Amino acid sequence: MEREEIIKTVNNFLVEEIEIEENLLKEEALLKEDLGIDSLDFVDIVVIVEKKFGFKIKPEEMKDVKTLGQFYDYIASKVN
Amino acid sequence: MRRVVITGMGIYSCLGKNLDEVLESLRVGRSGIGIDPKRTEYGYRSPLTGILERPVLKGILDRRARVCLPEQGEYAYMATAEALRNAGIDLDYLENNEVGILYGNDSSAKAVIEAHTTAMEYKDTQMMGSGAIFQSMNSTVTMNLSTIFKLRGINLTVSAACASGSHAIGLGMMYIRNGLQDVIICGGAQETNYLSMGSFDGIAAFSTRVDEPTKASRPFDRDHDGLVPSGGAATVILEDYDHAVKRGAPIIAELVGYGFSSNGVNISQPSDQGSINAMMRALNDAGMEPKDIDYINAHATSTIQGDQLEAKALDQLFGEYRTPISSTKSMTGHECWMAGASEAVYSTLMMLNDFIAPNINFENPDEFSRNLNIISQPTPKSLRAILSNSFGFGGTNSALIIKKL
Repeated sequence: MEREEIIKTVNNFLVEEIEIEENLLKEEALLKEDLGIDSLDFVDIVVIVEKKFGFKIKPEEMKDVKTLGQFYDYIASKVN
Repeated sequence: MRRVVITGMGIYSCLGKNLDEVLESLRVGRSGIGIDPKRTEYGYRSPLTGILERPVLKGILDRRARVCLPEQGEYAYMATAEALRNAGIDLDYLENNEVGILYGNDSSAKAVIEAHTTAMEYKDTQMMGSGAIFQSMNSTVTMNLSTIFKLRGINLTVSAACASGSHAIGLGMMYIRNGLQDVIICGGAQETNYLSMGSFDGIAAFSTRVDEPTKASRPFDRDHDGLVPSGGAATVILEDYDHAVKRGAPIIAELVGYGFSSNGVNISQPSDQGSINAMMRALNDAGMEPKDIDYINAHATSTIQGDQLEAKALDQLFGEYRTPISSTKSMTGHECWMAGASEAVYSTLMMLNDFIAPNINFENPDEFSRNLNIISQPTPKSLRAILSNSFGFGGTNSALIIKKL
């Protein structure tokens, strides 16, 4: 899956379902501090990712994922 | 002892989405009952139910609040927002003063069933999502509203079957009387989705008069054949009288009596003596006698046994005074966990507007109801004091007395 396609899918659900403002969605944005994603929101993101990308996020694999760009890369590494 | 007054009310029911709409329905005797085709598909004996539209809260509440709110929580939010507005209480007030919440709720079946269905499909509890736990618990309404409205007082759900909403108001009165709280949000909420009422339908408690939905709920009528489930939410803001005066709050009415009892007999059958005990306790609490009551909002749900036993009890206490009686469940259906709160609101609306809302569909009395003064048409009447009954499974009874100030 192309990285562009992943970005589009992720940004779409972050705006539509997690209700994060679109102008905040930058590669360097910190998931927690800049986008305000808390642990409960992340539960919903795990559900959405499993439905849209067909794999389950493992918390231990997310340890070093701090920014949105790293999150795109993590998804790319799992689906490709 | 401190006096307790109502300084705000709000309602979201099958009679209307706010006080104005509901008042209009009560004035003309409009039924809110219809058919839910999903119930037939699911295997219900009866598809009859109160028909409500879910409020649209996107743009009003943030995502986290909405994800955690079940259906009845949405109704409770709407009713409570209206009640707080009418009481002149805004978020700024709530952040700077201690306000409590006591709300009746006795199920959140849809959230539980949907979470289970998800687990069965994925074999993974995380797929239930972040809202499931907060939607599933019995205290879902109070846990959600206390967060949304930033409440810092008493925070507790009252579960007492179909008397939940009434007990919540009665308990709120006691907290304020005893000086433990100055202001409490009290009420009751009831889900109306098809997943929530299947087991109640399963014990053949519901009317099957499917060809005439608006005539199905007919409390005290000779041809009653069961209740019609319904729901929504109703809120009253209870406040210490002096506190309300000092705050310049609109004082709507005074809550003067709360009576309770338990039948201690049968899990599903009511008791005339148990309901008499609750009504007598409410009268004693208010320092009143049966002749002082100008109107009774009966619990009467349209089941044969329940209506007959309440009629017997009402006849014993109020028969000689020909006290006007109606069951608004004839229009709303049985609003279950919410009913005690909504019927306090309906009765107070009648008192404020000098009329009695009708017990529609009361066409022919039976041997028990023939002795009662049942009001079957909208009737102008000045009311100084009303009594509202609520009885529930397990024999829990509650009666409230509300007076004009």
